[in-house]
This record gives sequence, structure tokens and C-alpha cells, in this order.
Amino acid sequence: MRVNFQLNGDSVEVDVEPRMHLADCLRDVLRQTGTHLGCEHGVCGACTVIVDGDAVRACLMLAVQAEGSTVVTVEGLSTEAALTPLQTAFRKHHALQCGFCTPGMLTTAHALLTEEPDADADRIRSVLSGNLCRCTGYIGIVEAVLEARAAYRKAAPGAGKP
Amino acid sequence: MKPAPFDYQAPATLREATLLLAADPEATVIAGGQSLMPLLAFRLAAPSLLVDLRRVSGLGTIAIGDSGVRLGARVRWRDIEDDRRLVTAHPLLREAIGHVAHYQIRNRGTVGGSLAHADPAAELPGIAVTCDAEISLAGAAGTRTIPAGEFFTGPLSTLRRPDEIITELHLPPWSRDRRWAFREFAQRQGDFALAGIVLFYDEDQDGRARNAHVGVIGACNRPHRLIEVETLLNGHQVDDGLIRQAAATAAQAVDPPEDLHAGAAYRRGLVATLVERGLRAAAQKRGR
Repeated sequence: MRVNFQLNGDSVEVDVEPRMHLADCLRDVLRQTGTHLGCEHGVCGACTVIVDGDAVRACLMLAVQAEGSTVVTVEGLSTEAALTPLQTAFRKHHALQCGFCTPGMLTTAHALLTEEPDADADRIRSVLSGNLCRCTGYIGIVEAVLEARAAYRKAAPGAGKP
Repeated sequence: MKPAPFDYQAPATLREATLLLAADPEATVIAGGQSLMPLLAFRLAAPSLLVDLRRVSGLGTIAIGDSGVRLGARVRWRDIEDDRRLVTAHPLLREAIGHVAHYQIRNRGTVGGSLAHADPAAELPGIAVTCDAEISLAGAAGTRTIPAGEFFTGPLSTLRRPDEIITELHLPPWSRDRRWAFREFAQRQGDFALAGIVLFYDEDQDGRARNAHVGVIGACNRPHRLIEVETLLNGHQVDDGLIRQAAATAAQAVDPPEDLHAGAAYRRGLVATLVERGLRAAAQKRGR
């Protein structure tokens, strides 16, 4: 089946089997391998991408369901030239070791802070509870997301306030 | 972890969707897919055709009025969480939905999907059964409405016929001064509950409970009410002694499954503890 959607700002068209989930489509068809696949049944959060502004699990969505959508993957968060403030904060706070879960952590945190730049540590922990990391113990990840909030507040003045 | 092959259609109307389902007994419905996709991945489900509701309009509304709360089948957990009107229109629903899965799943998981999937530990079916809700369905032969108390027949089993699509969940009006609580216990945040309880009651002018509704999830084959506990509460002040008695009665009233996560005795104990905590919390706070 032919499917058209926006991927990181570009229009893409793919021809996929209906049973192919979005994560396989991104990785194997579109060769955007930043999206990682851990469990393939909606438990680990590594494959999180942003579809029409919402963080979703790319293994729990069919590629054909992305028709007409806007999809952002970890590749779409930054330019080749520089890390984003969120990525810089991950680096500073040692918020990754092996890096397997990191794309899902980044896309989830980016979606959260875009909507809720004032999210507190409890909210951040609650949201990241859907993303498993076996290396870091989460402390550095939460600290990095907390620090990155300032950049999102600047990017969207007034956002997150009633 | 790859699903077996299937065909896929995304019709624009409910009518077309029901006709597609009626024409192929092996076809099934997909909306958010947050329960169905894992079943497909494990090949526990292998439909011939998926009928996607994403282009069908009119199923995504939360309507609040004198007749209660009407949730369209494609309303997502996220939509319930974001709707401030529900803070007063149905605080028990809001509280329970706060326990559903994780952030990413909440962005796609739907009301209709949860009801159709009918996991015994799922929060929304427990709310529907305990609150005397009604579930509306549309099929090729017409529409019908089923009381939630009859709809769930066992684990992952409901009265929905293969050609029917859930269109709406209707929760009766919520009374302002109602006392209520939702409590569940899961091993990790967002996991399926090992046991959970849904409860509310009104009070007469002398502070005695009336119209008590107590339901259980997780420690059961399907969500159901604990009539013995309701009978015990009705007509009495909910004090310490009655709460303890209600907890003990609840433990006897459930028939929990045994699995690798917990034995039946443990789940009975959980039900007792959750009923006790829920009733204590409800007795302390009114409305909200």
C-alpha cells in the first residue's frame, strides 16, 4: 500500500505491507535508524516518535495509519551542525550510557516540554515511566530534562502557563 | 514479533466500516491499536482484514450534559485527561483514567478500544460496570445499547458481535456531593493492576450511605460489582467498623485468578486493603 506522510519536514512516499509497523517503515524502508526497536510490543518506549505533535510508540502504530500525518523522529530534533539544548543537557548530565533508549527518551521529553515547559520532576518521572533505561538509573535523565526546560520556555513564551 | 499478513481498509463512514466487517467474519476493527497491536505482534490475533476507524468522523466527542457524560469511541485517554469539565462532571472517571498505561499509549489508546479489548484489569471497563454505564454499538443490521454490567462476559470477551463497532460509552449523571474513590495496585506505574476497586456512594440527610456502588478490576475474570459490599454499606454510616467489615466482605466476594504475578490469596488481600483505603478516602472527602 502506498502511504504519504511528512517525515522530519520532508514529504515521503513509501509502499509497504499493511502489517508493517511505523518503526520498521522508518528504519528499514526510509533508513532512518535513529528510532530504536526494543520490545516491539509497546513496553520499552525506545521507538517513541512524535506523530502530529504527540509522542507515540512507533511499534504500536501501523505505517499505513501514518497517512497524511507529520512524523518527527530523533533525526528531526536537531540539525547536523549542533545538538539541541535537550541533547546538550543529556550529554552534560551523563543521561545516557549505551544509548539504546536515548532516541525514545529524547522524543518523549521533547514532546513533553514543547507542551509543558514547566513540567516538574514528578511529572517528568511519570511521563518517562513509559521509557525503560537499563544503564543510568534515570537520575541523570530527569536532571537533563529539568535543565532543558529553560530552553523550551524561551522557545514558546507563555506556553505552559494558564 | 511481526504480525501475520492482513488487508487494511480505512473507510470514511461508520456504515461502510460495519459493511466491511459484516462481509468478512475474520475482519476486525482498529482505532488507536494500543491493545490490538501487541496481540497482532504476538500473533494472538491474526485477522484477515483490519478496518481502521481513523477516517470515521463523529466518534471523538466528549459530551457533558444533564444526561451524564457521553464518550465517543475514539476519545483518547489524553482527551479525558485534558478535559477540565470532567473535574466536576465525573471526577471518578478522571481519577481512574489517570492510571491507564503510559504517556505515549495515552496519546493513542481509545475508549472504544479498551471496552472492546475487555482486559479484566483495565480501568475503563471497571468504571463502566460500576457506574451503570451503557455501551452503544453499530452493526450492519442496526444499532443497539447494552448495559456495561452485561457487556463483559470474560477475559477479552464481550457481547460485541464481530460486525459491530462500539460507538459510545454513556455514564449516568454524577451527583455533586457524592463520595468516591478509585484505588489500584500495580507492580510498576502504568502496568496492569493486580487488583483495583472503583467505589462511590451518596449520603442521606443523616449521613448514612445510600446508592453504594463498589466494583473490582484485576482480581477477577471480568469487571463486576461487589453486591455484598454494597448491601453492607447501604443504610449505614461509613465508620471504622463498617469499613473493616466491608474490606473483609470484599475479599470473600471476589474469585481472583492465579498467575505468575500473584496468587488468589494475595489478590484477595489486595482487594480488602484497597476497599479499606478507598472507603477511608471517600469518607474523608466529598465531591471534588
